[in-house]
Amino acid sequence: MTSKSQTGSLLIKGGHLIDPAAKMDRAMDLLLRDGRVAEVAHPGKLKGADQQFDARGLIVAPGFIDLHVHLREPGQGYKETIATGTAAAAMGGFTSVCCMPNTSPVVDSPEWVGWILHSERGAVVNVFPIAAATQGSKGAVLTDFRGLQQAGAVGVSDDGKPILDNAVMAHALRAGSEIGFPVIQHAEDTRMTENCAMHEGPTSFRLGLHGMKGSAESSIVERDIRLAQEIPGARLHVAHLSTADSLRAVRTGKKNGVRVTCEVTPHHFTLLDSDVNDYDTHRKMNPPLRSEADREALLMALADGTVDAIATDHAPHAPHEKIIEFERAMFGITGLETALGLALTRLHHQHKIPLSRIVELFTSGPARVVDLKGRGTLAVGSPADITIFDPRKKWKYNAAASPSKSHNTPFDGWQFTGNVGATIVDGRIIFRSVGRDSVV
Amino acid sequence: MNDPVRGSLLGVEHMDASEILSILKLARGMNPLKARPLLRGKRVLLLFYEPSTRTRSSFEVAAKSMGAMTTLVLSSGSSIEKGESLLDTGYTLRAVGADVIVIRHPHAGAPLLMAQHLDIPVVNAGDGMHEHPSQALLDAYTILKHKKTLKGLHVAIVGDIYHSRVARSAIHLLSKFGAKITLCGPPEFLPEIARGLAPGLKISRNVEDGLRGADVIMVLRVQKERLAGQKISLQEYIARYQITMPRVRLAKKDALLMHPGPIIRGLELTWEVADCPQSAIVEEVVNGVPTRMAILARALGKAR
Repeated sequence: MTSKSQTGSLLIKGGHLIDPAAKMDRAMDLLLRDGRVAEVAHPGKLKGADQQFDARGLIVAPGFIDLHVHLREPGQGYKETIATGTAAAAMGGFTSVCCMPNTSPVVDSPEWVGWILHSERGAVVNVFPIAAATQGSKGAVLTDFRGLQQAGAVGVSDDGKPILDNAVMAHALRAGSEIGFPVIQHAEDTRMTENCAMHEGPTSFRLGLHGMKGSAESSIVERDIRLAQEIPGARLHVAHLSTADSLRAVRTGKKNGVRVTCEVTPHHFTLLDSDVNDYDTHRKMNPPLRSEADREALLMALADGTVDAIATDHAPHAPHEKIIEFERAMFGITGLETALGLALTRLHHQHKIPLSRIVELFTSGPARVVDLKGRGTLAVGSPADITIFDPRKKWKYNAAASPSKSHNTPFDGWQFTGNVGATIVDGRIIFRSVGRDSVV
Repeated sequence: MNDPVRGSLLGVEHMDASEILSILKLARGMNPLKARPLLRGKRVLLLFYEPSTRTRSSFEVAAKSMGAMTTLVLSSGSSIEKGESLLDTGYTLRAVGADVIVIRHPHAGAPLLMAQHLDIPVVNAGDGMHEHPSQALLDAYTILKHKKTLKGLHVAIVGDIYHSRVARSAIHLLSKFGAKITLCGPPEFLPEIARGLAPGLKISRNVEDGLRGADVIMVLRVQKERLAGQKISLQEYIARYQITMPRVRLAKKDALLMHPGPIIRGLELTWEVADCPQSAIVEEVVNGVPTRMAILARALGKAR
């Protein structure tokens, strides 16, 4: 986590403030002091800060939260480190990231949670570890949820490996319910997806690749919701949900009062299985790119509130793991720097989803999923994490310039409408692409 | 990453009809017994990651009959066993002096990957379940020895289409020339998504319906182990889909019976069918040599 140095005060002036948690969507100035939101006031009312940020023409939002990133430490620093991954997060407008435990070793102990949070890791944005739900993520014996929570973890997941055993999943949900921990499931019935490299459909048939059926995901989502329904207080979060049937299950679950939440990735609301083209490994991820009907359902659910968060599933891999035969290539793509560009270009400009809803998907939505108290809002007294963006600015993504160690993205060279203006963590500007500070 | 070098043969799907016709024309002019030494001084690398009898020997004979030097590299007994990547093996063979690499690989798309990173042509000799373009070309060559045109020809393809790279290449090729294709097999071997491979494909679950009036019957190999764990049992497959003489007689009198080999007598077809007068199974192998001569000559820019 960033060091808590005294940062003085910063006045963000002239911007349009969107804070869905406070139902605010209008021109407001914002004063940050000592790492906290000190005041929110009508334009021109606030004066006397050490520093001013000219936010005219820009949207000022609570700091973005990414529920699903792979920072690869401990053990896989050749792909990414906490320092490089959080630098990419800062460029993408994220002030907080939740990192997944499928590292080497798996983060299944309070000690490893503490190791991730140590200042020596060099994180430039807030890091909230998700710990493994079972020891070694082997799906058998639960980890010490309470100890993990005390060490700083905000949830549990065996991401990459689903918990298949009904009894173990039920046990995890029960243990989570006792301490308010969400159990985050990578929903995939791996018994149905052995040797599969992409979504099952006309493209997988054309390429001669074994395909994953959508039902391998939705059957687990349905089962998990059934289990959660039977356990009072259980909280289930569906990671990177990708099919229409999974959404139907989540919608029904929510209607029935189950505490189920879900996230959707930018690549799933942007690309289709047919975009795999001829074995483009930068379009190989798990869950795989799905059919047009699935993408339509995701777009609908992003608009109507069924989806709680946009999460990147930022999954850096080295060239030797990606520039190989498609079937052997690792699953996953990077995504921190392109998430906002894709959300604004696709969801806002193309599909007319209002900015306030998009901000919600990046802020209060994910904050609720993992209970990041005080974050995801600009209420007075909350941490001074701010994302400032220009919804109309056109830009082109250049993966080679990324601070991430890995460049396995399908979006290299893509044009976006809408980019990050500045990322502010703890009241300090850690990334900016617009203007200059004006010292008063 | 670069575009594959001209002369590469990676799959039928992205080929123009005119390109296919020019290879077939070239093949008709090839005679392995009286070949011109078009490839003298050229090095043809045969890189095989999977077992092969027909394809390997036929590429080798094709290359040698035109005066090329051939070197065979098998995955077992090479640095591939030590964990060398596909691309590094490709760079090594290029450095050794390969002028063309003929590759068979268990993973779909492997030849394309190699072609995208090398400055020499790459010929796909079968990649996973994806494509087997030289087989489709030699099959077209064979059909055209017996039939005037592919246009309007009724072709029934029967068997394990899902796992078959031969089927995918054949479907692409035949549909480009307007053949009427009926695919026939149980859902395990012929899922509905197969329909998307080419326009106008028909799917039939009833072999009798599929064969009735056919000009060409293409039988595909059925691997016993692939039936394991499937809904359809071996006995049931044989009862419902095995090509028998009574079933062959449902097709046109002059129908051609084809099979890319290796054949499993008693499984996908009976003993009698394999040797029946309409069977072109051996002829396909014969035609493989001039077809592959044409493919190699084209790859090395000697297609005149």
